[in-house]
Amino acid sequence: MNLGNLLKIALKALNNNKMRCFLTMLGIIIGVASVITMLAIGQGSKNSIKAQISEMGSNMIMIHPGNMQRGGVRQSSDDMQTLEVADYEAIKENAKYISAISPSVNSGGQFINGNNNYPSTIYGITPDYLDIRKVKVKEGDIFDEQDIKTAAKVCLLGKTVVDNLFPEGENPIGRVVRFNKIPLTVIGVLEEKGTNSMGMDQDDVVLAPYTTIMKRVLAIDYIQGLFASALDEAHTDEAIDEITGILRERHKLNEEADDDFEIRSQQELSQMMNSTSDMMTVLLACIAGISLLVGGIGIMNIMYVSVTERTREIGLRMSIGARGIDILSQFLIEAVIISVTGGIIGVVIGALASWLVNMVAHWPVYIQVYSVVLSFAVCTVTGVFFGWYPAKKAANLDPIEAIRYE
Amino acid sequence: MDTRNKREIIKVDQLRRNFVVGGETVKALRSVSFTIHEGEFVTIMGTSGSGKSTLLNILGCLDTPSSGDYILDGVSVKDMSKNERAVTRNRKIGFVFQNYNLLPKTTSIENVELPLLYNPNIKAKQREAMAIKALEAVGLQDRLYHKSNQMSGGQQQRVAIARALVNDPVIVLADEATGNLDTRTSFSILVLFQELHARGRTIIFVTHNPDLAAYSSRNIVLRDGKVVSDVVNPNPASAKDVFDALPVENE
Repeated sequence: MNLGNLLKIALKALNNNKMRCFLTMLGIIIGVASVITMLAIGQGSKNSIKAQISEMGSNMIMIHPGNMQRGGVRQSSDDMQTLEVADYEAIKENAKYISAISPSVNSGGQFINGNNNYPSTIYGITPDYLDIRKVKVKEGDIFDEQDIKTAAKVCLLGKTVVDNLFPEGENPIGRVVRFNKIPLTVIGVLEEKGTNSMGMDQDDVVLAPYTTIMKRVLAIDYIQGLFASALDEAHTDEAIDEITGILRERHKLNEEADDDFEIRSQQELSQMMNSTSDMMTVLLACIAGISLLVGGIGIMNIMYVSVTERTREIGLRMSIGARGIDILSQFLIEAVIISVTGGIIGVVIGALASWLVNMVAHWPVYIQVYSVVLSFAVCTVTGVFFGWYPAKKAANLDPIEAIRYE
Repeated sequence: MDTRNKREIIKVDQLRRNFVVGGETVKALRSVSFTIHEGEFVTIMGTSGSGKSTLLNILGCLDTPSSGDYILDGVSVKDMSKNERAVTRNRKIGFVFQNYNLLPKTTSIENVELPLLYNPNIKAKQREAMAIKALEAVGLQDRLYHKSNQMSGGQQQRVAIARALVNDPVIVLADEATGNLDTRTSFSILVLFQELHARGRTIIFVTHNPDLAAYSSRNIVLRDGKVVSDVVNPNPASAKDVFDALPVENE
């Protein structure tokens, strides 16, 4: 018996039983397609959460004054004045794990342009802030070192502020808006960022040199906080340790003293969100696994019934000279063809379904290679295994009984 | 018929076959002996329970005897393994069943090719030529590509006979081959068997119908697992005469 003949026999047998063949494949198709689709949805949402976090700057580090006790009284961090411009300069000068750093001072107030006014918050920063917070300048330009030195009366507006101060759609660049009676020349407009995952409008913002806010708006000599970027997400902890060291040394804190500042990173947030989406992925994988199992049982069922249904055919084949191994091979080849074909169709349908979910429901999807390989392998192995068992049974049939089976 | 110079195709000697059913031993064959030579057309008769099916299974290498010898074409079948018997069935035996046992939705030519698919020595090209030749031998040269469900019972049985002939077997074993057919079609199949016999085929025709004995060259009657009569019929009746005499049914 050569393989070519066996293949021919198996293909003819499949062709003669298209309906049964299709039903068996259906189990595999649904199993494979659902695994791929569900894992694609799970991974898609995970990716989108990741993208959102990195949009906010996943390697961002925030430094605030804090934990300073005066005579046992804890104070609000707003009132604390432990961070200075010199701290900023020291970190900028010495920290190796930091790619960008900007001081931060802010003030809320009313912005006025002619008849229009709008309450917003002005942030005093350096151009590094754009990198740290992933903010882009859409029109115009960011201020330079010279503007910071001279505490220039310039600002950049977020889209929400532009919309409210310039409702007619005029170009705000070069115009002068007033903030608490201080005239500021608009030198740029920020690109729209939309709301963040907490629902806050990230476009309701005005940026200016930190010196301008410190000297002209707030009249203070300390800074309210620092924003920094670690070199990358993995080096966030080293960066935090480094900043802590520099600040403690500068603030002359002895061993026992608590930090008089607080450092936070985005990592805690990112971990929390990831664990949520991990849970969802596990849930989806469980559902997909169950559908794979049901698909497998379907395959087993039909394969098993098909042996009984084809007892006479098996008897005939044996009586005209097929050996047990020939019958076994034929059934196995049939199972392999059905499983592999069903698997391939399942992969295609899974990809289509994922795409459809993305198009119709606008859910982010991402098909991973491992989910395709896994589901395809599981279904094929199930199909072949459950094909093998009834095939073994068929091969061991007594030809006399099989040929007379009614 | 003078059989002295002919080749011995089948030689059974004191064949016994016992079955154990529910703790009791049933003796289906109790010492059956006979020899069939090349070119004989033997009918084996017997009522149900006479052991004719058991005998047929053994002659067809589907079953092995409990004791006694069975020599097919000079080779003892008794000690063959399952696989060896399968190969023997494939090369030396042609089966014709009562209910045709054709593959459904399959053309005549593919049905006839089936035994050759299990013979790796035969190439694809030879296969088709041999199948066509066998179908021509049973008068179905214009039904090569008809599917089994598009043909009448008689035509299906002819395809089954062609399938039995395609491997050029030393013996054709027919099991109630006319049992499912009406009288006229039965006779047309009998005519075919007589033609094959005339062309030198060795045929064993197992049946419970005593009327068919007249058309064979030798009749063996089994009862309770024993041969009760073994008669050579020197002048078999012509099935063709009877067939021609039968009224053609016009409805």
